[in-house]
Amino acid sequence: MTPTRRTALGFMAAAAGSVALPGRVFASAKFKYDLQPKPAMSGVWMIEGATDYFSMQNGGAIVNCALLQGETGLILIDTGPSRRYAEELRLSVQALDLRGVSAVVNTHNHPDHYFGNQVFADKPIYGLGEMIELAITHGDSFSNNMYRLLGDWMRGTEPMPPTAALATGEVTIDGRKFLALPLAGHTETDLALLDTETGLLIAGDLAFLDRAPATTNANLETWQAALTELQALNAAAILPGHGPLDRSGASLAQTSAYLSWLETTFTEGANSGLDMVDLMDSPMPAEFAAMGAQPEEFHRSISHLFPDIERRELPRAN
Amino acid sequence: MLKFVLAVLSVAVVPVSLGAEELRTQLDDPYDSGMWDYHQIELLGNPKDIRFDDRVIVRAPASAEDAFNVPLMVDATGIDNVEEIIVSVDYGPIPHILTYYPGAAEPKLELRFKIDQATAIRASVRTSSGSWHVGSTRIDAAGGGCAAPAQAYASDDWEDHLGEINGRLWTASGRARLIVDHPMDTGLADGIPVFIIKELHFLNDDGSELAHIDLKEPVNEDPAFTLFFDPDDMPALLHVQGRDNNGNEIAGTLTGEALN
Ligand SMILES: [Zn+2]
Repeated sequence: MTPTRRTALGFMAAAAGSVALPGRVFASAKFKYDLQPKPAMSGVWMIEGATDYFSMQNGGAIVNCALLQGETGLILIDTGPSRRYAEELRLSVQALDLRGVSAVVNTHNHPDHYFGNQVFADKPIYGLGEMIELAITHGDSFSNNMYRLLGDWMRGTEPMPPTAALATGEVTIDGRKFLALPLAGHTETDLALLDTETGLLIAGDLAFLDRAPATTNANLETWQAALTELQALNAAAILPGHGPLDRSGASLAQTSAYLSWLETTFTEGANSGLDMVDLMDSPMPAEFAAMGAQPEEFHRSISHLFPDIERRELPRAN
Repeated sequence: MLKFVLAVLSVAVVPVSLGAEELRTQLDDPYDSGMWDYHQIELLGNPKDIRFDDRVIVRAPASAEDAFNVPLMVDATGIDNVEEIIVSVDYGPIPHILTYYPGAAEPKLELRFKIDQATAIRASVRTSSGSWHVGSTRIDAAGGGCAAPAQAYASDDWEDHLGEINGRLWTASGRARLIVDHPMDTGLADGIPVFIIKELHFLNDDGSELAHIDLKEPVNEDPAFTLFFDPDDMPALLHVQGRDNNGNEIAGTLTGEALN
């Protein structure tokens, strides 16, 4: 199908995905994320997200953010799902560097990765040019969905696209050198950053570990090609967008294996005459069933991916 | 769309007894939607012989990931002599999704539809003796699927594909699946008139009808159906014939493994 159509369906999907109702606010909820930056590499920290789907319990803190020591403060990669999250983050990182955050980079146009931007509006906020365009176009519909899923956790949050287009290749951000790789597949445009000093690859949502990959705006073929490129980097460690820090390369291999399984399952399903409700009963290999956010993400992927695969597989009948 | 919603809501707050017709058989709605009594009169014609029946299985995901393409399976194979299956939502600008006349096929159908809001989904099954059996499920949704213009309009080649059919038969499992390219515009979006396939007939090679579907506005863009046959009685091929409300003919032939 056309990219236009995929994009449109993808964003409807984002607007329609749901597990929790916003009305259910728990009496005990104080809307505190309790963010704990922890050391990842020398001069690098991470804030690790839950491996679940968005819920009123986790407030949308399902994403990994990275902090790297820059010359004048901390370089923050991805800003979390909400204003509350980013305000907490801004305070908690002063324990690492009193000067706080000096620059921000967004990996891609998904709300859990950039909806904290407004808290850092006085700093440079970088993203790939195409990601900025997408954020301008789709910020409001993502915002509606996030308020619906997360209710009061989202209070005061207004989507703010990056303010500066990031160059690709070798770039320097607040005195720190990175290799900026413009890739795609998880969304239409995905940034991966290789930190020159430590060899850490910040993969954004091109890599997941022990958490089911989200395919809302995915193109499986492009995504696999991006994973091949990332594998060739032989990074010292990989920070996936969701899941624990990966020191063995497992996140790239696991993400690739899962995407292959989706492709195979949906292709075989289409060639057996199955429809989407039948596919919900697909037996899932244990290693994929054990991932966080299953079977929700698998069920969502049926909606995202199956109609186009089926259209491709079924023969013309007139 | 607003006026449709208001019309439906205003009915919801008026007791059914004040309407033109009294409910002949009051049921205890397992989903307690507040709208079922109204549909029992308007959609089913207020039958006396009617009950909710667990043998009518209605399956869907708990929430609609894509409001334009919500998958649904209706299975009334636990009931004998089914003549008609009416698939509908309780809440939505147009409640009636389709009516399936299974004929020589099994009383079981897979389909996709556009959802407008969280709602109970019903499959009302009529047997040859005139008794009605209703199955239900519920789907959560953010809304917007019905009133939004068809996605195909975003690309410029939809007219080239109008009426294209993809599909085939699987004789071993008794499945017949097809996708028909069509915008299926509801007429609810500003400036876009109703443009839908009205009916699809399924015939065997000698021209006798085996089953047919009457489609309504909420059926998804590029309608996709699975029909089910007893594998022992599976026709070797299945002719598809239909037309839309602008008079475009739809025709194709589904074949099985050996004929491909
Ligand atoms: Zn993402």
